Amino acid sequence: MPQQRQFNPYSENGGTILAIAGADFAVVAGDTRQSEGYSIQTRYAPKVFRLTDKAVLAVNGFAADGNILVKTVKQRLEWYRHAHAKDMPLRAIARLIQTILYAKRFFPYYVYNILGGIEEDGTGAVYSFDPVGSYEREACRAAGAAQALVQPFLDNQIYFKNQKPKPGQSHPTHLPLDHVLSLVIDSFTSATERHIEVGDGLEIYVVLARGHSAQGLSNIPGAQEISQTDEGERVFVVRRDLKKD
Amino acid sequence: MDHFPTNWGRPRNDTVDAYNTYPLHQRPDWRPKDSFADGIQRTQQPIVTGTSVLAIKYKDGIMMAADNLASYGSLARFKDIQRLHVVGDYTILGAGGDMSDFQHIQHTLDSLMIEEFSVDDGHKLGPPEIYEYLSRLMYGRRSEMNPLWNSILVGGFKDGKSFLGYVDLLGTTYSASTLATGYGSMIAQPLLRKAVEGREHLITEEEAREIIKTSMKVLFYRDARSLNKYQIGTITAAGPKIYEAQSSETEWSFAEGIRGYGAQTQ
Amino acid sequence: MFRNTYDSDNTVFSPQGRLHQVEYALEAVKQGSAAVGLVSKTHAVLLALKRSTGELAAYQQKMIRIDDHVGIAIAGLTSDARVLSNFMRQQAMSSRMMFNRPVPVNRLVTSIADKAQVNTQEYGRRPYGVGFLVIGQDQSGPHLHEFSPSGNSYEYYAMSIGARSQSAKTYLEKHFAEFADCMLLFRLLATILSYFLGSLEKLIQHGLYALRETLQQDKELTINNTSVGILGPSGVDERNVKADGSFRIIEGAPLRFYLDNMKPKDAPEAPPAAVPAAEPTEPQAPPTEDVQMAEQ
Repeated sequence: MPQQRQFNPYSENGGTILAIAGADFAVVAGDTRQSEGYSIQTRYAPKVFRLTDKAVLAVNGFAADGNILVKTVKQRLEWYRHAHAKDMPLRAIARLIQTILYAKRFFPYYVYNILGGIEEDGTGAVYSFDPVGSYEREACRAAGAAQALVQPFLDNQIYFKNQKPKPGQSHPTHLPLDHVLSLVIDSFTSATERHIEVGDGLEIYVVLARGHSAQGLSNIPGAQEISQTDEGERVFVVRRDLKKD
Repeated sequence: MDHFPTNWGRPRNDTVDAYNTYPLHQRPDWRPKDSFADGIQRTQQPIVTGTSVLAIKYKDGIMMAADNLASYGSLARFKDIQRLHVVGDYTILGAGGDMSDFQHIQHTLDSLMIEEFSVDDGHKLGPPEIYEYLSRLMYGRRSEMNPLWNSILVGGFKDGKSFLGYVDLLGTTYSASTLATGYGSMIAQPLLRKAVEGREHLITEEEAREIIKTSMKVLFYRDARSLNKYQIGTITAAGPKIYEAQSSETEWSFAEGIRGYGAQTQ
Repeated sequence: MFRNTYDSDNTVFSPQGRLHQVEYALEAVKQGSAAVGLVSKTHAVLLALKRSTGELAAYQQKMIRIDDHVGIAIAGLTSDARVLSNFMRQQAMSSRMMFNRPVPVNRLVTSIADKAQVNTQEYGRRPYGVGFLVIGQDQSGPHLHEFSPSGNSYEYYAMSIGARSQSAKTYLEKHFAEFADCMLLFRLLATILSYFLGSLEKLIQHGLYALRETLQQDKELTINNTSVGILGPSGVDERNVKADGSFRIIEGAPLRFYLDNMKPKDAPEAPPAAVPAAEPTEPQAPPTEDVQMAEQ
């Protein structure tokens, strides 16, 4: 049979995601533009999803795969709730996502995932994945169309790469929430300026460990609390406009 | 030099390595053989195709439009094809792409609606449910590498809420207050967005009709696979309705008076 | 060996037209401890009596969450209940996956009733030995269904199953008008009222009184042996209930609030409802939007 031009089951829908872990909080953000080539398909297609009261997942790449992946993960978490009458811990969700991704190793979900939230020990955590399930815990990660723009910025501002501390001082290991939020916002406004696939809207999810006050959010107008556990973990979402051009 | 003795030309059995010349260069294929496998064709490219579909949100619900042409390549093959389809009491589908695949989708959804009707327990599938089902169908087929070659708009109105969504052969989905498929996404979408974005709740039916008419006319001027005969569909609290075909008034005389293109700036 | 000539196989009718195996299965339900369910216009609640096999044993789970909008209470063979509840969870999940829709409660109950029916007809099978009370909510409000091994399922305003459930039923029939009252009102009105009158608390209270009727002479309801399942807007004593009023199970210490407010059993009862004539002649009638209770 003559070889025909093959159907390509993948597409690339642009956008960028980003997550930063603090000592006792995590911030996960993504823009809301969905595009294909030079066309903006919609100005509002969320890429960040609350999974549990202390876990948030950002998904970037091929949107159809991403949506199915999130749906699958959510249902697996629901089964976990049925079996154990509690939410799955963050590190277990990370491993779950790995196995789901790796199971489709030979027909992968074309998505980059970043998982953020609070670990069982109360620390903020970020896990980043490649499309076939390799993952690691990190302090921060950017992925997607503007990864090349945002990650170096984060390396410099979070890991203090190419910076020298003042004599006799050292770089902080973790940054406070208000500082992290302004880094996130700056990352996205900058990426919007320089990358055509980033823009329209910004959704920032903030997960606070128990006992962490929401004070860092006070400078940010429109922060909306979406869930709270009996133990005191809280999830907030902040929605902001980005340039639409 | 070929290091695999199996390839040196000795007689061999494809399924059993009689000479024990491990490693076998090619593993035997144990998958069940379908005698007619060569006869099965999957959609590799669309054959009889429809072009753009447009849809917008307005004050009372959703308005959608698609022309009546089904092309065979560049041949305007069928000129009285309806590309808008009512599903249930609250939803209209509009499809571009392969028309036989679209008919298959119509049959699938019609069967689904009959099944739901038969249950008769007061629970009806609304636009979001039909959209979800269709998205699963489209994504499932693309994952089998056997896609339904369409771009589809789903418009609906139920319980006071209007709905508008897009799904295509890859299973890609999105919602917005204005949507367009195919050429429409490049030519009409900017016009629709300019007219609608931020004013969804102000636009009257007459206004919506005017916006759609203008866009369909521009599409007819610019899209070589389009036809100056199209249908509008609306879904409001009163239910879905697909109107009789209509045509745009066009002007094809010599464009000596037109300014603003190419070198002519004055 | 057999109590009867016609009960060796469930596919065989007795000359009286009865399927004895099926009837024995219904007996298995009656062996289980009691469960009670009630609905008002805004809420649906389940109450169940947990059993423990001895001082050293834990109390057996009586309530299972199926989805945000569905929960069940069981009476009978717990192992059969696990199989069926797992099936219900699968159905609920697949409805969300395929249609992004919470599965309609009546369809969920019908689907397990159909499974149970097959077991009453096919050779070489046995009926399930468990009965459910299923509460669920959808666009038309809260619902209560009963599922039984015979493959029957009905919808009720109030129902009880399990050991000595007849006593609970008697209580519910007697006091039906009191908690059914708010069904006469429009939902909005009922919702507003519920803030002032605590209609959820009243409903639970009636449920607890009904459940108490099923107790043995020397026993009483405690925080250990009682289980309450709620669907609907948050009650006075609840915290962190989701806005959609999704299913939650209340056990242990939080039950004190409800148990402490109960009148002792021997105390004279509150004066009966003014119009006891509003008797629940047809408890099967589904509480649809347009139920004309005034005419009954």
